[in-house]
Amino acid sequence: MIRIEALQKTYGATQALAGIDLSVEAGELFAFLGPNGAGKTTTIRILTGLTRKGSGRVVLAGHDIETEPLVVKRLCGLVPQHINLDSELTVTENLDIHGRLFGMDATRRRTRIFELLSYVEMEDRKNSLVKQLSGGLKRRLMIARALMHEPRILFLDEPTVGLDAAIRRRIWALIKRVQQDGTTIFLTTHYIEEAEFLSGRVAFLDQGRIVAVDTPRAFIEQQGQWAMDLINGEGMQTRYFATRDKATASTAGQEAGYTLRRVNLEDAFLALTGKKVR
Amino acid sequence: MQGFIAVYLRELLILKYRFKRVLAGMAVSPLLYLIVFGYALGRSIQFGEHSYLEFLIPGLIAMASMTQAFSIATDINVARFYWNIFEEFQAAPISNLAYVTGEVLAGITRALLAVLVILLLSLPFGVVLSLGPLFWLAVLCNCFVFASLAVGLAMLVKSHADQSLLTNFIITPMAFLGGTFFPVDKLPEWSQILLAFLPLTHASSAIRASALGQPVQALDYLILVVTGALFFWLALHSVNQARD
Repeated sequence: MIRIEALQKTYGATQALAGIDLSVEAGELFAFLGPNGAGKTTTIRILTGLTRKGSGRVVLAGHDIETEPLVVKRLCGLVPQHINLDSELTVTENLDIHGRLFGMDATRRRTRIFELLSYVEMEDRKNSLVKQLSGGLKRRLMIARALMHEPRILFLDEPTVGLDAAIRRRIWALIKRVQQDGTTIFLTTHYIEEAEFLSGRVAFLDQGRIVAVDTPRAFIEQQGQWAMDLINGEGMQTRYFATRDKATASTAGQEAGYTLRRVNLEDAFLALTGKKVR
Repeated sequence: MQGFIAVYLRELLILKYRFKRVLAGMAVSPLLYLIVFGYALGRSIQFGEHSYLEFLIPGLIAMASMTQAFSIATDINVARFYWNIFEEFQAAPISNLAYVTGEVLAGITRALLAVLVILLLSLPFGVVLSLGPLFWLAVLCNCFVFASLAVGLAMLVKSHADQSLLTNFIITPMAFLGGTFFPVDKLPEWSQILLAFLPLTHASSAIRASALGQPVQALDYLILVVTGALFFWLALHSVNQARD
């Protein structure tokens, strides 16, 4: 569904993407995980036509983004990192304008708005001005808007950034539901839990390069199931263990403070890049 | 052309929500000009058989239609730099032509609204103008010129501050020098030649002549149409520049 070959992008002297190769299958929920400035947003912006690529090739559902930009845009839905709703318009008006931009007729727009407001549980807010909505509701509305024209691929750029934990989990449930309904999802995040919970496969992105691609489970198993963070005079060190028993046994005679926890994607990212995601 | 209605409709909806504020904003400057220049200072000035007020009101119409058509640039830049709504258009399967047409129509609509406000404000001053087809054609051409210029420049600027600079250096001087408050033919010949390059000079001339029932010059209309077409072309080719 998504094929990226040798994608490069520079901004002046800064190389944002240093040659990315990637393939995402139809129906997959694929996550791009990396620290700020790794190139996640640049990738999504190029894939959705907001930014011009430097070099390389991108093909979405068999259509090249350079030669068939309008066809590609019709297939894609985008939820950008920042809220970009029309705050002075109502919820329904925002969805309606989007439907018109994508050439939907009046009957289809009406039906789809009704379906989507129910889907994101916002039927009671249909006539509210967007500026009156909370951050979580705005995020849900942005997902609804991106789904308005029934895209085959949904791009989510840091979809839960700035939201509290409870609302984040609600958004995750919604994203899972969208994927289960057959939409291919390409997600960028710097939240470890988000990538672990949502994605089928994860790509680690660092300084414009893909460091590794695998399932979250495979990344974690490479490190071991349990991690122990030891705090001593030299700072914090982390050790990895296959089982909890082995980890606990290693603490015998340990004088320094320690924390025993499950291994996560952050550990895998740290092992591969030498730096933390956040 | 799919999508131009969506772009236009969005601007109309915003205008609907801000309608009272926009109308009030459109009325303040012309009202002050009418009172200060027209009523207080200009009572003793005559231009042939016409009073200064009769001379001034078509100039105000030219000026207001220019500034209001150009103000669409500010709305576009707020949408682009502060609200990021421009991305919604960039990610949609619409052509540059559809986007530019929608925004230019929005600029023209605002400008026509401003013209109506001035015509209403001028009623209590007892000025009767000839509002025939040539008058409206001149007004429309002027709106088209400056709405197209606004969209083009809004795509080229890199920040909202740049937009303010353009307004200060292009629109404000033109508003005062383009034959709005005084007849250009009273100026030295060299400055008349210079001012002939400003589209507003021709808009003022065409609007004033048609409004006062005087013979109009076809050249004024031709220059406005050609300038408008050039600016529209500039706008079309500037949309891609707004991408990174």
